[in-house]
Amino acid sequence: MSDSRNEAEAKGAAASKPPLDPHLKALENEAIHIFREVAAEFERPVMLYSIGKDSSVLLHLARKAFHPGRIPFPLLHVNTGWKFAEMISFRDEIVKRYDLDLIEHINPRGAAENVTPFTHGSARYTDIMKTEALRHALDAGKYDAAFGGARRDEEASRAKERIYSFRTPDHRWDPRNQRPELWNIYNGMISRGESVRAFPLSNWTEVDIWRYIQAENIPIVPLYFAEKRPYVERDGMMILAEDPRLELLPGETKQEGLIRFRTLGCFPLTGAIRSAATTLDDIISELETATVSERQGRAIDRDQSGSMEKKKREGYF
Amino acid sequence: MTASATATVSAFPAVETERVTRDTRPLRLITCGSVDDGKSTLIGRLLWDTKAVKEDQAATLQRDSSGKQNDLGLPDFALLLDGLQAEREQGITIDVAYRYFSTDRRSFIVADTPGHEQYTRNMATGASTADLAVLLVDARTGILEQTRRHATIATLMGIRQFVLAVNKIDLTGYDRARFDEISHEFKELALSLGVKQITAIPVSALKGENVVYDGRASMPWYEGPTLVETLEKATARSNQTVGFRLPVQRVSRPGESFRGYQGTVAGGAVKPGDSVVVLPSGMVANVKQIVTFDLVRNAAVGGDAITLVLDRQVDVSRGDMIVSIDSQPMTGRSFDAQLVALQPDGIEPGKRYWLKSGSRRQRVSVAPASQLDLKNGNWTATDKLAMNAIGKVALSFDEQAVFDTYEQNRTTGAFILIDPDTHNTVAGGMITGRHSELGGIHKGDERVILSLPADLADRLMATEIFASRRHDAEVRHTNAGRAAEILADLDE
Repeated sequence: MSDSRNEAEAKGAAASKPPLDPHLKALENEAIHIFREVAAEFERPVMLYSIGKDSSVLLHLARKAFHPGRIPFPLLHVNTGWKFAEMISFRDEIVKRYDLDLIEHINPRGAAENVTPFTHGSARYTDIMKTEALRHALDAGKYDAAFGGARRDEEASRAKERIYSFRTPDHRWDPRNQRPELWNIYNGMISRGESVRAFPLSNWTEVDIWRYIQAENIPIVPLYFAEKRPYVERDGMMILAEDPRLELLPGETKQEGLIRFRTLGCFPLTGAIRSAATTLDDIISELETATVSERQGRAIDRDQSGSMEKKKREGYF
Repeated sequence: MTASATATVSAFPAVETERVTRDTRPLRLITCGSVDDGKSTLIGRLLWDTKAVKEDQAATLQRDSSGKQNDLGLPDFALLLDGLQAEREQGITIDVAYRYFSTDRRSFIVADTPGHEQYTRNMATGASTADLAVLLVDARTGILEQTRRHATIATLMGIRQFVLAVNKIDLTGYDRARFDEISHEFKELALSLGVKQITAIPVSALKGENVVYDGRASMPWYEGPTLVETLEKATARSNQTVGFRLPVQRVSRPGESFRGYQGTVAGGAVKPGDSVVVLPSGMVANVKQIVTFDLVRNAAVGGDAITLVLDRQVDVSRGDMIVSIDSQPMTGRSFDAQLVALQPDGIEPGKRYWLKSGSRRQRVSVAPASQLDLKNGNWTATDKLAMNAIGKVALSFDEQAVFDTYEQNRTTGAFILIDPDTHNTVAGGMITGRHSELGGIHKGDERVILSLPADLADRLMATEIFASRRHDAEVRHTNAGRAAEILADLDE
């Protein structure tokens, strides 16, 4: 995020930028179409913004979709209080730079009942601080449509999810009763209290996301790039050891190494990978030869078989 | 694997020259066939050999299949594909799933749909966005009624490229005569449906022959392309054959000085200076600018998401369509269409639904006329369509509607029907033409007896529409009094 890059970005001017390859262009067109359709058909849309790479792409596409106007809905960040510090500073800078309306929601139970990933286990913690928090935030804002950056290639139950994913008034997803979705005609009709989650990135893969970030020069959190960072090994994951709230367990030692993150979430639940990838080119070529999927570093997906589907049925993104 | 990979690489120079004209847009395809045909194995093989499956996913697979493996030590691919718990429990695929894989040359989006008859609606859903259909048959059983059904649905949904994967060819001892026999039968079937782009490939999905890597070692007699090579060369859908179409999604007015119409170009091309018409109002204007985030563009083509600025103040709102002045779509209040009924209640005659096409939503009443028998391709008269039925219907609108035929434009000729009570999507439909102006009389498959003065009947019969359906009409001469008696008899 050098200053010169920021300036080029801020102007939205890209006269020297080569045209997107047809594949990325097709994905971009589809996402913009979805953004516009949801914004036109729903009364109170909101965009879930998680600060990660997919959210960064989502935000960029939203800016493109409504150019030369402003994004006609707020961004919602469901914070847990356990995000990487660099994510929060990045978020605040982006909000300022693009003049965005950002709503932050932290479940008050977190502080009141001292819910932490260390004390409550990843499943229970995620349920309270992410799923429940999201439901509360959506109810509080009376949002009838929420954009998310989920992709179908991420996980098996996502592969079956619609672009307009219909939710009951209590935010449940019923995978067996999804509305058919034909062509690019989306059914936005809902009854009071019901809502949809809209996924403009449904047809993108992880490599597409990175190629697009590169082609469009989209700013991302520096944690995605390899750097010498302190970490501890726990449950087979490398946990970033920067936050003073991380207490070393008996037998654990703080180590240092060249690491980076493929996905970003709550720091105690997100494992780093050993990597020397310091540029987007490095990341892409690393990815093309990668033999494990990006969610491999996520503790919450591994709690139980089919755990993503279960969480989604309860209202998780 | 190294050996066959090398073989594939050595084949590259032959096709290298095509690269210039190769279509690099992602190809959307649908796979049709049942579990018994080895469909899951085929898709699993595609994902596996193009390295779209990662080690941790494979490990989860190995864990979930509790040691169940095929004889090559590969995991049970069906578990990779059937992502929902209900599906794993029942061992069937109940919904459309989307898969992604890519080669050095192209990326692919696969709509993986179930083969069971009761899931016709899911196949129609998957086929709606597909450029190509891969039909799978078991080399031992050959073309089945199911194959015909899938081919028919795919054709109805506008797919004009077929690949026939004759799977389990290894179990016939790589029998060339058997392969030739099946591909011949399939080509006849496809041609009868009007599909001319057909590639038949002998495949062993289990052994990975002619899927991503070639199967020359086992089938030296087969000199055609592998499945992936065929997919790499296929053409993606294009709506550029008709005039410019822009269904307006929203009007952008960030300030008093700017008014732009945002939408995705649904066909044709546009450039500044072009004359356009706003439908249904019919107002005319010229294109002043094409605005996108990156730069002001000189032209836009089908698929581009753009913001269009016109040279004068005209009334344009969401749901309108901006079209080229010299190649306009049809407008009217009644249209003929084919549709697939998607929900348990089917399509009820006379019920008023919401119809959504492009960005326009309007009230419509639907009169079913006939239903397709997927066994033999015949249409039979009906006035109600049950779930999974494919029918011909007449649509009547309260207000002007704007369409192209689906044959001409797969965006502006397509629509969905929404139940106003449940808000569910109950049908996917394709416009076949404007409904005959006799629309007021026409209802289902009924016959109408007209009593006309002979000279008026002569003039009517001289018209083109009558000439083309002369065999449908019966004509008798009588006098006015007798005609009145006959009609009175009918009324009793």
